[in-house]
Amino acid sequence: MNGFAELFAEYDILGAFWMNIRLTFFAAIGSFVLGIILAVFRISPVGSLQRVGAGYVNILRNTPLTIIMVLGVLAVWGQLKITFSDDFPLNFFTYAVIALSIYHAAFVCEAIRSGVNTVPLGQAEAARAIGLSFLPAARLVILPQALRGAVTPLGNTLIALTKNTTVAAAASVAESSGLMKTMIEFRPDLMIQIFLTIAIGFCLIVIPMGLLTTWLSDKLAVAR
Amino acid sequence: MKAQPSVLFDAPGPKARRNIMISNLVTLAAVLVLVVLVLMKLNEQNQLEPNLWLRAIDGNAWANYYLPGLQFTLQASGIAVVTSLAFGLLFGFLRLAPFGPIRWFAGVVVEFFRAVPVLVMMVFLYFFFARVVAGNGAMSPQDAPYYAVIVGLTLYNGAVIAELVRSGVKSLPKGQREAAAAIGMTSNQSLRLVEVPQALTAMLPSLLSQFVVIIKDSALGYLIGFYELLQYSRQLGSGHGNMLQSLIVAALVFIVINFILTWVATRLSRRLSSRTSGETAPAAPATTGAVKTA
Repeated sequence: MNGFAELFAEYDILGAFWMNIRLTFFAAIGSFVLGIILAVFRISPVGSLQRVGAGYVNILRNTPLTIIMVLGVLAVWGQLKITFSDDFPLNFFTYAVIALSIYHAAFVCEAIRSGVNTVPLGQAEAARAIGLSFLPAARLVILPQALRGAVTPLGNTLIALTKNTTVAAAASVAESSGLMKTMIEFRPDLMIQIFLTIAIGFCLIVIPMGLLTTWLSDKLAVAR
Repeated sequence: MKAQPSVLFDAPGPKARRNIMISNLVTLAAVLVLVVLVLMKLNEQNQLEPNLWLRAIDGNAWANYYLPGLQFTLQASGIAVVTSLAFGLLFGFLRLAPFGPIRWFAGVVVEFFRAVPVLVMMVFLYFFFARVVAGNGAMSPQDAPYYAVIVGLTLYNGAVIAELVRSGVKSLPKGQREAAAAIGMTSNQSLRLVEVPQALTAMLPSLLSQFVVIIKDSALGYLIGFYELLQYSRQLGSGHGNMLQSLIVAALVFIVINFILTWVATRLSRRLSSRTSGETAPAAPATTGAVKTA
């Protein structure tokens, strides 16, 4: 037990986890906004928009997140010199949030689309029957029900996003997996304690999220 | 991809067709503007030099960087597929065991490995192999990243597969079990001869999309110094000053491989649906670290 106390005294473990949570928060907003736009593209009547949405999803879903992160930092920042802030940590944080958002937007889009599939045909027909055109029908009838039906896949995407914030280590953001590396390098004698600390930390974040998702999807399920 | 008829809108009339055509033109223009902006930015930093691109796709790049890297990526992923399948089947069975404590133990193990990020697992295993195992002379320290990647992928994906096995068996229609009982099978026989084989057939497409997850996650090995495709491409890029170009080629290689696997998974799920009473649609495709809570 002493080992754990030493670790918490010596290193800012909570701060590192806080970084993961901040990354999750901003990337969740980013990927949700982008994902919902893509989902509307994919269900829209316009062929070219459908293709843009499908192309985005198919490309991003099949690319490793690590490569997106490294491309951002080594190529876009390193070679194209696109800088978001003169403050290095903030700059890399922004890059990490953008990479996470771009990657997870593809999964958010697919989650919402699977939610749209749970909306019965009659709902869309009824919306048209009362004279709603595509966008009002999507906004007022289809998407509210689709989002409720998509709670489980969206929750899973959020959980995946939370765990994937560790990849921000590739953009040298000071988060928990990076701290874990540093800690083991300096205190190899406490290797097991360090691993357990970080692993249990993630369990404490991720498992309640899973339970919350299940609870919410039951609560919000559209009774049909 | 053809525009599919959708439940969300009627067959377009003349006015809607005109609107759709206008939207198509606007989209096309927007995409073109985006492409031009990207090209301008690339040009501004002299990234359009033909030499930079040529050296990212010439014979030297492929023979000395991409292909050796790809070999390690595929080798580690291939081994991880087999080992995680074994791990997944074992724990899937344990989670269905009739004896409570075994079920709970397997449940805790599976939930733990699904909740811990693969990267955290890999970082720990890397140091563990490099310092403890290699310290005992059981492994050469240079091999530590390779084994850390394989074991890390196995534990995470094995746990996911265990969940697939369990939910696959649970989602079979009740009649399957009842029919097995009616012809006098014990619950063990029913599980072994009727339920699990069907669950496995139903799982095959999901397993293939899990292969995509494994290939994508093998790139995490980059962060612990494993020489796979991404690492080699980075080396190529820093050697020739064409980081952007070589990373894009590496990304394309990943995309093509995973695209083919996803396509095969979809085809397979259509073919297999007649051979099992389970659900063959591949699970929510290939989120890195997707946890199925349903």
